[in-house]
Amino acid sequence: MTSQILQLVLGLLAMPAVVLAIILPGELAIRRFPQKRQSSLRPWIWLSPVLALVGLVIAYPLAASIVFSFRDATASKWVGFNNFVWAFGSAMRPVLVNNVLWIVVFPLLTAVLALAAAIMLDRVKYERIARTFLILPTAMSFVAGAVIWKMMYTYEPPMQPQTGTLNAIWTAVTGRMPIAWLIDRNVNNYALIFVAVWMSIGVATLILSAGVKNIPRELVEAARIDGAGEWSIFRFVTLPSLWPTILVVLTTQAIFSLKVFDIVYVMTNGSFGTDVIANRMYTELFVKQNLGTASAIAVLLLILASPVIFMNIKQIKSGGGE
Amino acid sequence: MSAIESHRAMSAPMQSTSRLGTRLKGAALHTAVFLLCLVWFTPVLSLFVTTFRSESDSSRTGWWHAFIEWRPVLSNYVEAMYLTGVGRSVVNSIVLTVPTVLGTVLFSAIGAFALARMRFRGRIALFLAMVGFQVLPPQLVLVPMLKFFLALGLTGTFIPVWIIEMGLTVPFGIFLLYGFFASIPSDLVEAARIDGASEPRIFFQIILPLSGAVLASLAILQFMIAWNHLLIPLIFLGSGSLSPLTVQVASLAQTNAGGLNTLTAATFISVIVPLVLIVTLQKYFVRGVLGGAVKG
Repeated sequence: MTSQILQLVLGLLAMPAVVLAIILPGELAIRRFPQKRQSSLRPWIWLSPVLALVGLVIAYPLAASIVFSFRDATASKWVGFNNFVWAFGSAMRPVLVNNVLWIVVFPLLTAVLALAAAIMLDRVKYERIARTFLILPTAMSFVAGAVIWKMMYTYEPPMQPQTGTLNAIWTAVTGRMPIAWLIDRNVNNYALIFVAVWMSIGVATLILSAGVKNIPRELVEAARIDGAGEWSIFRFVTLPSLWPTILVVLTTQAIFSLKVFDIVYVMTNGSFGTDVIANRMYTELFVKQNLGTASAIAVLLLILASPVIFMNIKQIKSGGGE
Repeated sequence: MSAIESHRAMSAPMQSTSRLGTRLKGAALHTAVFLLCLVWFTPVLSLFVTTFRSESDSSRTGWWHAFIEWRPVLSNYVEAMYLTGVGRSVVNSIVLTVPTVLGTVLFSAIGAFALARMRFRGRIALFLAMVGFQVLPPQLVLVPMLKFFLALGLTGTFIPVWIIEMGLTVPFGIFLLYGFFASIPSDLVEAARIDGASEPRIFFQIILPLSGAVLASLAILQFMIAWNHLLIPLIFLGSGSLSPLTVQVASLAQTNAGGLNTLTAATFISVIVPLVLIVTLQKYFVRGVLGGAVKG
């Protein structure tokens, strides 16, 4: 315990110390140069801590992962495209299929529900309180969400009292057999995806709510005076105005579906046909100790994420993010 | 429809049917919002209630029976804190999170200051790189970072986790702060410069004090990210004596050690800090989320 406290103190002192130890001497060092030279050197002094950090944690691993993905399990010799052949082979296929399901279902379901929530909340006076209920799951870890939903999905054999909320409702309302939500291959991936939806609605609703409030009132009023019903207003005014915002939500959630790890790790650990890319990478890295295949999976994730990365950059470039 | 009927439908009563329609629509709206909130809150409530139920109650009946016969026990919390190492994990989560938040805010602030308030070649390219880095899957950094920190002999300390968590969030932090820093009026900064203030002085005495709210937004977001992350501490700290709450709760959930009710108490302990933060500091959280969303 003392070691932890010592590390806490060290960390709290080190962070400002590192920043000051670079900027203050740097500023002193460039003081003897002429003004013009100073202002061309100064940005690099201020940026050096960030460049070092981002270089170490992002740029270097990016390059190294690509190199490792062409090398063997211990990164000792080149193996060409073997790791990628494996990654697209039969061992990985069910995993990739699951991720495709995540990438399609999760963003769409989140966006539709969040859009409905944003439009409804905009019309009630108690928006802030209702919004807080939707945000609460967002504040929790995916681990906690997984524990909660493992309980919600609890399965007891038929005729036993159902202690899981979902099966209690299901058996009482339909009178049918309880469902093993996390084991039954027809539903278990959707059950896991819904946990992610439950945890992501809050942020998606916040972003879409801001979009809804940005739609000019006059536009809606004008449509109403022209005799447009609620559905036409939604279809021809709300949806087109919100489209860029909806796209932000969809792409953010699509990226999330690539990275999803915690929920699957805690709830099924990839059993019963629920494995996803990120969990498979963890298995390759720690159970099979194979740096090559683990890196190939990482590179695959990068390739899948890159369209969104470039789209964001393009939007900022053209959208006046400057 | 006969002419009389259609006439009746068209005249005076039309007003009142449409008012009735509006009221029905209103009722449907409130019901839908209520149901949504109910569905979203029930799982949280079920966790909270279960933490106070005994193991034997929970194995026989669902959590909602607590409302029929309320027999609260505190033993789950006692067991979680003292027997399953959750008490130690609370300390570990704090040691992991607090320096990470401080470092992220500081590094993002100096980076955003340079990018937003200084003119130099490569500025825009760097800013766009930060936009791109925000969405990189963190899995990409695992293998190289593990090799790097193993070589330095730093695994088993909090240092790799601080550095990686900071590195993953700083691009977003710079993006979030950039807009605010760029909007600070130049006259303010120029006036100080004419008075002979150095750049560090301008940064610490003008820019930072003006940016309290946006720095708070970044801090609360990074607090939640770092407090809630599983994968990185799992890999760099393991599930032993250094494990933070997420790792501890995940391993309790997977091994079923201590039973379900102790697990719920451990889980509730792990979420209480972020829950309190998001309710009390919601304004800053919302601002951070909205400021960080890449707009079209």
